[in-house]
Order: sequence, then C-alpha cells, then structure tokens
Amino acid sequence: MKTVMSTTTATTNIVGRGNQEGAALFRDWFAELDTTAASGGQAAYVFVMGSINEILKSFDLPVVFPEINSLQTAVRRVAHEYLEEAEDHGYSPDICGYVKADVAVQLRGGEHPMGRIPRPSLSVLTNACNTYIKWAEIWERMYRTPMFTIDIPGTRQAGTQTWAGDSDFEADRKYVEVQLRELIALCEQVTGRKFDVDKFREVLGYANVMSRSWSRILELNRSTPSLFNALTDGTIFMGVANGFRGTEAGARYFERLVEEMEYKAANGIGTSIEEKYRLLFVGVPCYPIFRRFNELFTDWGGTFVNSTYLWFASGGTNRGFEYDLSNPLSSLAEGVLVSVRQAMDAMFHQNEVLVDMVRDFSADGVIYHPIKSCRTVSTGLADGRRFLTEKHGIPSLFIESDMMDRRVVSEAQMKNRVDAFFEGLGSRWRQAAAETKG
Amino acid sequence: MAYAAGVDVGSTQTKAVIVDEDRNIVGRSLLDTGANVVKAAESAYVSALEAGDIEEREVEFVVGTGYGRYRVTFGNTQVTEISCHGRGAVHLFPNTRTVLDMGGQDTKAISVTADGEISDFCMNDKCAAGTGRFLGAAAAALGLSLSDLGPISLKSERPIKISTTCTVFAESEVLAWIGKGKKIEDILWGVHMSIASRSVALMRRVGIADEVTFTGGVSLNVGMVKALGERLEKQLNISEDCHYMGALGAALFAHDHVVAGRAPTRHGAGVTS
Repeated sequence: MKTVMSTTTATTNIVGRGNQEGAALFRDWFAELDTTAASGGQAAYVFVMGSINEILKSFDLPVVFPEINSLQTAVRRVAHEYLEEAEDHGYSPDICGYVKADVAVQLRGGEHPMGRIPRPSLSVLTNACNTYIKWAEIWERMYRTPMFTIDIPGTRQAGTQTWAGDSDFEADRKYVEVQLRELIALCEQVTGRKFDVDKFREVLGYANVMSRSWSRILELNRSTPSLFNALTDGTIFMGVANGFRGTEAGARYFERLVEEMEYKAANGIGTSIEEKYRLLFVGVPCYPIFRRFNELFTDWGGTFVNSTYLWFASGGTNRGFEYDLSNPLSSLAEGVLVSVRQAMDAMFHQNEVLVDMVRDFSADGVIYHPIKSCRTVSTGLADGRRFLTEKHGIPSLFIESDMMDRRVVSEAQMKNRVDAFFEGLGSRWRQAAAETKG
Repeated sequence: MAYAAGVDVGSTQTKAVIVDEDRNIVGRSLLDTGANVVKAAESAYVSALEAGDIEEREVEFVVGTGYGRYRVTFGNTQVTEISCHGRGAVHLFPNTRTVLDMGGQDTKAISVTADGEISDFCMNDKCAAGTGRFLGAAAAALGLSLSDLGPISLKSERPIKISTTCTVFAESEVLAWIGKGKKIEDILWGVHMSIASRSVALMRRVGIADEVTFTGGVSLNVGMVKALGERLEKQLNISEDCHYMGALGAALFAHDHVVAGRAPTRHGAGVTS
C-alpha cells in the first residue's frame, strides 16, 4: 500500500510538471518585460533563429522575441485585431503575419495580451530570414535604435556542409566571430557596461545544460508511447528554450524536464491520448486554432512525436551543441554557425533528415503545414513531400493555412484532408495485416 | 435482401445511392443541398429508397460522406468523399489508378490502388479557382444554364486564353472578353481549358496513371471532358454514375460493413416514417 501511494505521489509531482513550470516561467518572462516597459528600462529585440541570447544575457539585457509575442496574439485569439490594425496602417495582407502583429503592438505603445512590451534598445538578427532584416529596419526607423545584423554563411548544395576542422568551416567561424566581437562592442556602448568574460562563460554553461537536455528530451520521445506531443507540449518547451537560454532558470527547467521524461519513459507513461499513429510535423503550427488543429489528429489517435519546428524554433538547440568554455567566443561562433545554418542551408538537406527521423521515431506519417505568411519555411515543402512519398513510400499529408491569419484557416477543409489521410493510413495497415496473414 | 446505402452531402448537391448484396446500384437520387443539410440528406435517402422500391428497414448500413457527412443523422458512420470517390471509381472502372473529382467548391486529384484504397490525394487550397464554381460564375455572367456551357464551348473555332480562374473575377473576366467582341463559345472553351490546366497540374502532384476516371458534377460537362482529354492526351473514364461516385463509394463502404457483419440492427432509422 505504501509503495502504491509513493508511486502515485511521484506521478502527481512529476508528470505534467514541465508544462506547468514552463507556463509559469513564460508568465515570469512577460512580467519582467512589463516591468521593464514601465520603468523605461533597456531590452534587446531578437529572433528565434540566431537570438545570440548568450551575449545579451551576459549584459543582463531582457530579451524580446517579437515572433513569440505575435504568435501569442494568435493563440489568445486576438491576432486578427492586430493584423487588421497593421493593414489599416498600410501593410499588405500578403506580408508576414508576425511582422504585422508586431507593428500593431508597436503602434499601441507595446500593448500586448500578456503585458506591456518594452521598446528596443537594440535589435540583433541574422540573415536566416530575409524578413528579419526588413522587420528590424522598421524598429530602427521608429525608435532610432541600432540594429545589428549577423551575416551567417549557409550551404547551398546538398551534401556539401562542412564542420569544425574543415578549412571552409574555420574561415566561416572567423567571419562570424569577428561579427560577434562587433556585437559585444555595440552592447557595451548601448548598456554602458564592460563585457565580463566570466559572466559570459557562466551564461554559456547554462546554455550547454539546456542544449544537452533538449537533445536528450527529443531522443527520449522515440519511446512508445511517445512522452510528449511535439506540437502542443513541444511549443511550451520552446518558449522556455528561447526566453531563458543562458540563464540558470532555463538550465534548471530543462534538467527537470529530462527527469520528467525519463520517469515517463521508465513507467510507460505517454501523452493524454491512446497512441495509435505516430506523426512528424513539418512547418509552423496553426496558432489561430492551435488546440483544435491538434485535436484533428488526436481524435484519430495520432500524436506528433517530433517536428522540424522543434529544430528551427529552438534556434538549432536540438543538435545538442555544447560550447567550449575555455574558448568561449570562437565556440559561440561555431555554435551559431551550426545551429542557424539549419535554416540557411539548402532546403533539400531536410529531406534526408526527415527520412532518418521517420525511421528513428517509428513514425507512420509526415504532416506538412506550409503557411501563407512565410515563404521562407514553406518553399520546397511540396518537393520534400514528393521525395518522401515517391522515393520512400512514406505516407504524408499536405495542408496549407497560416500561423497567424484566421482568414485563411478553414477548419472544415482541414478536417476533410486529415480524415482522408487517416482513412488511407488505416487501409494501409489493414492491407499490411492481411498480407502478413496471407 | 440486405441493402447498403451511401449519402453524399456536397456543398451544392446531395446524392444518395443504394446497392444490393452484389454491389449493384438499385436506387439513386440527386437534389440541391440548400440551407437545411439534415433535411437534404434525409430527402435524398428517401428518394433513393423510392427509386429502388426498397423499404427503409431493408437497408442494413448507411455511410455519410461529403462536407455534410456528420449531418447524415441517420447514418452509421462517416467516410470522407476522397476515400469514397476512389472506391467508387475503381468499382466502376477497375483499372482506374487516378481519379479527378471536380465538384462545386473543390477539385481533388486522387491516386488509388487496385483495391480502391487511397494512396495519395491533393486538393485545391484556399480558394475555388479551377473548380465547378468558376463555371457557375461564368454561366451567370453569360446568362446561360450550367448544362449549356459544355455543348456551346465545343463550337469554338478561335479559342481565347483565359488568364484567371479566380471565381471572384470570373464575371468581369468574361464580360471583358465579350466587350472585346469575342464569341461566347470561344470564351467558354478558354474557360474550360484554363480549368483543365489547373486540374492537370493538381493531378501531376499525385501522379497521372494510365487510366484516369473523372468524377463529380462537372464530369457531366462534355466541354470539360474534352478539355481534360486534350490536356492529358488520353480519354478519360466517364459514366452517368460519375456524378454519384461519392455516394456510390459510401454505399460500397456500407456494404463492407454488412458483409463483415458489423451492421447494427437498424430496422429503419425512422427517416421514412
């Protein structure tokens, strides 16, 4: 009896802890931003692909991720108000929904459903997305604050990526490192503080814990049943991965998340549904109907076991790259190259990785979700899908909508496609079972 | 005799088909869906029963399909029209491996196996461009009925190239060509070819097999059949039952349930009472 009780208590304490603590940290983050806005304090605007949080946190700068602010308006079902306000201001319906929602936030003086967003003291971006550059130019003009663009060399041709030690890679590393030194000088100028290399090492150490943990968590989700839903739970984890990268709170959170997932794996505890189909997700989530979108799949017993979103929206942390603390700046340059390059390299690199992921995660199918708002992440998905289907016979579904704009999200159309996809999967299974029997 | 039924509630029309134990069609009906979807499903079902002189209690399983499949309140289960069109097409034309379903608001390209199972599918997204709705808008602009469009288009001698299939702009596009003095048949053939091109592009995404079956309401349009044939450089499988393909496929899925003994005791759902 005693054993049963202690197991129950452990389950109660551990299972679901990551979601609860993640949500609490998220609220803390926005509370800090609200306080900063109220006091007129400094903040850095950054992006998920190459936030360079490690340098900014060493200057104790609060970080604002406008992409996350924007998607939060969609999750909270008020994105249309922000989008329409930006469109009233002259922005075309064809422009990235994240940009438009942020423009409206700025026009409202930082007003956001989760609190007030401070103005930027500087913005830091990479060339991972062309829109990042145009977007930061808007802030530069609005607030007369500096924008710092880091130019990351990508690889255009599949199979030609180089790694540390290769002469091409080392030249790229130096190129990035020089830019990082310039960023440090800019941070010193903006904050009036000297760069502290010991503090920087401490930040990198915390980031290492997070990367190591995140890589482990993704690996653990190969378990059957899967331990977390990559689309829903995974998005909560992503919030912490971005906002708390390089912080003690972020490092501890991910260590505890590993503990939770290892516990679940050891005890065969899956997600809240009875898992029938294991799916991979490619693209950006459909935030305007976030919960319902997921239910279209879970209603059939489908759960997302991994997602490309967990790669690029974690800034490449999924690779588990760890910094060499004895050579911090050069190592950061390497990390930035390795992680951001995932978004920069030829879009066809992804196809082979997906094939491996289908095998490693025992996935039954791949769901492609191209979005109207973002051609950067959507271009090439149709080709990728054809590659998977024709070359490897992997079942896949292609559904288009948006990550922000509910005007182009048709739930009835989506449901039709999702239902047909599962009907097809079901018949495949029945045929395979019949062939095995026969 | 144990019967099985399929009811396809589409955006424009509702179809019902009843099959016997040998999977022969013994009753069918078609009516406009209108605003009351539940009523449309019931009425189509009752009409199909009457057409086949079948008592409701003799029907052992009913499958609902189409956008209104969950509004077939007397049905036993639902299957998407994508699966149903594939199943129906292979039943009528066993060598079918690609199906093109062109309906009122969407066009679907479906790749099927020899068993009628779906191996892949692709649909128009976000808008009704390249669907039957564009033909409806063109007919309205020209003051013609839908059934006139195909035969008139076949009279074209100097076809024009229509650059848009946007349903919203259909009327202005057609009127602009009339304003330029073009003949109605030439404009209509251009409309058909434009839609055919979009449809073939959709089909390429799932692969175009040797044998293609054309289903849905637009398959009755001789102009579209010819335009697709020219684009594909092959003859398409067509039958008068192609308009009922979704309902037929649904009835065949219902028949599977009857054969597998999964049919509940219906004794009539009270639709005819």
